Amino acid sequence: MRRSIPFVAVALGAALTLTACAGDAEPEEPAEPTTEESAEPAAGGDLTIWVDETRQAAVEEAAATYEAETGGTVETVLKNFDDIRADFNAQVPTGEGPDITVGAHDWLGELTANGVVAPIELGDKASEFEQVAVEAFTYDGAVYGLPYAIENIGLIRNTALAPEAPATWDDAVAAGQAAGTDYPILVQMGETGDPYTMYPLQTSFGAPVFEQNEDGSYAAELALGGEGGLAFADWLAAQGEAGVLDTAITYDIAVEAFAAGQSPFIIGGPWMLGSFEGLELAIDPIPAAGDQPAQPFVGVAGFYVNGQSENTIAAVDFLVNYMATEEAQLALYEAGQRPPALTAAADTASSDPITAGFREVGAEAVPMPSIPEMGSVWEFWGVTEAGIVSGSLEPTAGWEKMVADIQGALDAA
Amino acid sequence: MSSPQAPVAHADAPTAPPSEPTGRRGRRLSGDSHARNVTRGFVLKLALMALVNALGVYVVLAAWAEDSYGILWAMVALLFAANYVYFSRRAIAMKYILPGLAFLLVFQIFVVGYTAWVAFTNYGDGHNSTKQDAIEALLVQNERRVEGSDAYPLTVVQQGDALGFAVLDGDVVRAGTAEEPLAPVDDAVVEGSQILEVPGFEVLGRDAVLAQQAEVTALRVPVSDDPEDGSIRTQDARNGFAYTSVLEYDEAADTMVDTTDGTVYRSTSDGTFRSDDGRTLNVGWRVVVGAENFVTAFSDARYALPFVKILAWTIAFAALSVVTTFLLGLFLAMVFNDPRVRGRKIYRSLLILPYAIPGFLSALLWSGLLNRRFGFINDVLLGGAEIGWLTDPWLAKLSLLGVNLWLGFPYMFLIATGALQAIPGDLLEAAKIDGAGRFRTWRSVVLPLLLVATGPLLIASFAFNFNNFTLVYMLTQGGPRFADASVPLGHTDILISMVYSVSGVDGSAPKNYGLASALSIVIFLIVGTISAIAFRQTRKLEEI
Repeated sequence: MRRSIPFVAVALGAALTLTACAGDAEPEEPAEPTTEESAEPAAGGDLTIWVDETRQAAVEEAAATYEAETGGTVETVLKNFDDIRADFNAQVPTGEGPDITVGAHDWLGELTANGVVAPIELGDKASEFEQVAVEAFTYDGAVYGLPYAIENIGLIRNTALAPEAPATWDDAVAAGQAAGTDYPILVQMGETGDPYTMYPLQTSFGAPVFEQNEDGSYAAELALGGEGGLAFADWLAAQGEAGVLDTAITYDIAVEAFAAGQSPFIIGGPWMLGSFEGLELAIDPIPAAGDQPAQPFVGVAGFYVNGQSENTIAAVDFLVNYMATEEAQLALYEAGQRPPALTAAADTASSDPITAGFREVGAEAVPMPSIPEMGSVWEFWGVTEAGIVSGSLEPTAGWEKMVADIQGALDAA
Repeated sequence: MSSPQAPVAHADAPTAPPSEPTGRRGRRLSGDSHARNVTRGFVLKLALMALVNALGVYVVLAAWAEDSYGILWAMVALLFAANYVYFSRRAIAMKYILPGLAFLLVFQIFVVGYTAWVAFTNYGDGHNSTKQDAIEALLVQNERRVEGSDAYPLTVVQQGDALGFAVLDGDVVRAGTAEEPLAPVDDAVVEGSQILEVPGFEVLGRDAVLAQQAEVTALRVPVSDDPEDGSIRTQDARNGFAYTSVLEYDEAADTMVDTTDGTVYRSTSDGTFRSDDGRTLNVGWRVVVGAENFVTAFSDARYALPFVKILAWTIAFAALSVVTTFLLGLFLAMVFNDPRVRGRKIYRSLLILPYAIPGFLSALLWSGLLNRRFGFINDVLLGGAEIGWLTDPWLAKLSLLGVNLWLGFPYMFLIATGALQAIPGDLLEAAKIDGAGRFRTWRSVVLPLLLVATGPLLIASFAFNFNNFTLVYMLTQGGPRFADASVPLGHTDILISMVYSVSGVDGSAPKNYGLASALSIVIFLIVGTISAIAFRQTRKLEEI
């Protein structure tokens, strides 16, 4: 009789497994849009929303208002933020995806190419958002998401060690050396580099990563080569040699050193602030190393609507009329500490000088490219920067090889 | 074997009332001393099989509701097989094998088969779903708002069976359906910006709209007879906007037409719409592309040299990892197998510790310890020497092997301890009597016997290390990079981490699951071949 017990376990396991892979076990099955789900009795606007842990409570708050006013129901599903992108791509075609998901604007190129997101017409609401937020969610002329937060890096200054904001990079280094701390300025890097953090310094040499169209969107033409790029590469080598930049400094090391008062400056974003409690801080624009303004990347967080949702009307209604309110955006701000995307909410949040500081830096920033080509850039970019700083790469040759390699990867894709 | 002798008649009626078989069986097997056991066993079996069948039927019904016919038939087949095997007297061997076989089918064969199938498709970014989905996505993505047009407060209405929209254009209410362009309606009741009544139409309430969301969002009501004015559509059933379509799909010709410049995009066999001058639309669909992924994998010149280097390093890494961990584990096992060592149990427990910590955590810890400037090894042990443990090509390889040795020796220690204790003492005694020295005994008696016992495990360890993605990814991420290659691959990359990078699963390129699957199958073949050869070699050991 003993053999029956493992068998039950097997059957249970098999049953559960088969249920679990119900979505993808039938890849060849022709999709029959609309017929199946609409045949089921449609309840009044029942929505499923994927959220991450930070945002869950804030979304549920807005959902409660929606539920009370419309009689629909909202189910929030807690997902690990890093898993959402791949899971959304995989699950939407099976019909198992959520109606709405949180996401970042730089996924947009991939999501549209996969046909898994629906455009949202913000109508007159569009003008109530920060311009860069709507621009970031615009792809080929259509808006694909409802933005809720804007995040960018700035220069975080320990006011006890440096009373004044530096105007240029050299000023910052001089002020840091004058403060007598271990590090004049902290810039996280690591052995594989951190081009996101280095980007404002690169743009100050006039070398953006891609050409930008007039409407703010990016064209798939590399712009980080040329004179500006090479000047930046030379500068990296010089800073590496002087010991100001160091590839041994990772995110953790940089944050820990700044929290311990070992440097007056660190280049970083609002996500670091939790580690800096007890310090008197000010947020300044990132000091330019070249002769042009230092523009960091702006990342915009928002909500996407499933392109194959059967509840589009309820989903868009929820987003445009319940999440695009000052109250909802402020709740998300309280949860995530990123300046809100809705201008009115951002104005309210700016009563906090730190938020106002990041917002001010963000106003001068550029959206992170969301075109699919961007994926091919990161891998070469960071390692080359790290190699130049550590001295293992010759700046001009290293930078030129990087541009050629990226171009090669773009051509091959 | 006291297998329950289930009457064949009951095979077809496993849910029959339990009292009846009990009675009948009791009579029939009255002479059998195990009769009572067997009867109870049979009832238990019946109950368990009923449970299994109930679960199975539930899965079948659930699969039916979801239109997942693959799962449905697989489950039906499994159920029939299970019932046959456990109620038939003929399939005795299968009674033992079936559970394992079912697991094998679900967790191994299906996965391998699915990977193989994906390897022959172009599944990946831009080819994520079916053609139908791609067409819909393209049409939706390529609707543009008519320039300078306003947003209209909108209400969904119905005329007969036809859905329509009523919009508030200034003070005028205009209504229409898909067939009838918008026309002014007199005597409509408007409150604020909400249209309450439209003569000639029935105003739909929110519930009615939500009940047919797909139809409402798909509805296009022409603004006028002039197509240039576009058509009204809505997404939230509250606001309407005028749109024109940039792309139109011609179903008969299977083409997409750009209405602004007349470009015709034809559907191609590789799952995209392509114009005559080579431009493609951004959304494609999944198709079977045959061996194309395998050709791509081996035809890109940029990967030729790195591939050879990485293949060599992968084999070296896997082989050296097995050899070093086995030798250290064996050495320690022999030391702590000696009864003269005191506190052996404590030492043994301590030695297993690295094995008890999750591998990815250890790898992360080690990457911190080996940091060039701040790591414990350089900073404290070596007095501030800035040795590039993870940044120098050879040192990085050494570090990887070192960390893997730290992670892997406890396992080898465990199995070697077990195997050593299983070697009969009289064999060693015989060797001593024959005049063999310590080394001779070890070389000619202990080691061969050990290898017979541990050989298959060593091969398994080799196969595992061949695909030890976690360690490489957490410790070095494949770095330092090849200075002379034009692809983001490095000196410590192994084949599996190369696949991760090449196929864009790490985000460094558009994801290409087809290519990733094709390369995985190549790796599968390499590991399979090496393992098969190695197994054949160990069989020779057994003949000693």
